[in-house]
Amino acid sequence: MTAAELPPGAETVSIPAPRTRTNTQRRSGSRSNTELYAWLFMRVSGVLLVVLVLGHLFIMNILDGGVQRINFGFVAGRWASPFWQVWDLLMLWLAMIHGTNGLRTIINDYTRRDQLRFSLKMVLYTATTLTIALGTLVIFTFDPTIN
Amino acid sequence: MSAISTPRASGDSLDAANTSNSGTGRSRFGGTLYRGREGMWSWVAHRITGVLTFFFLFAHVLDTALVRVSPDSYDKVIATYKNPFVNLMEIGLVGAVLYHALNGLRIIAVDFWSRGPKLQRQMLWIIVAVWVVVMVPGAFFMFKHSFESLFGSS
Repeated sequence: MTAAELPPGAETVSIPAPRTRTNTQRRSGSRSNTELYAWLFMRVSGVLLVVLVLGHLFIMNILDGGVQRINFGFVAGRWASPFWQVWDLLMLWLAMIHGTNGLRTIINDYTRRDQLRFSLKMVLYTATTLTIALGTLVIFTFDPTIN
Repeated sequence: MSAISTPRASGDSLDAANTSNSGTGRSRFGGTLYRGREGMWSWVAHRITGVLTFFFLFAHVLDTALVRVSPDSYDKVIATYKNPFVNLMEIGLVGAVLYHALNGLRIIAVDFWSRGPKLQRQMLWIIVAVWVVVMVPGAFFMFKHSFESLFGSS
């Protein structure tokens, strides 16, 4: 494209050509296929979550009348069925890992200082681990006769 | 421009995504598959809706975990959600999740379907149309109870 074709004031943007990665360009620590598996996981878990989460939202917010109907007894009724326990457990794990990997990508994209990037990711992984552990514990140890 | 004509594995389909000005990497209105216009803005919206949903998820696991504390503490917290303001936020959450889900399927089509990159723009407008068709009745049914409590129909 020549400069004459551009509108006045527009700047040309040159996009560097994609480079073929050679072994000499590989840094140590990037020899695994972790990023490939992370990319694949986002797509596989994404498809499953479309069913699990949209189903959850549709049932909870529309079919079952929304938050107005929700109380301890409602939860007890739902988790009396192993089907919904497995549904919620799968949704918890997949959504948490999917979201964590998404936020990991965003942290990698926007942080420049190595120390900050590392710290933010450690906060993220800690919060994720605690939340998955808490949610899993609650589903497995739920007691409808707690009082 | 040599930058775009460099051979690569998926070069054919990516170039095909730019409707004209072949070789410049720009579509008719400026922008490429990922820079400017629908490709970029759908990506921006995907990030924002994803982050919002993820932060909600932490709160949602925590509030549900109260069933392990006592029925009373769970019911008390859930009671604070039963008002029209939180109801509107729920509709916003459903809208964000629905966009993220539909656009995620579009991304999968771009990645795995041979005609995906070429049709990415059309697919965006299709998912926007699906989003509107689902959200209009969805928001109606979700807000029904709040509407009745606000304006007092029986």
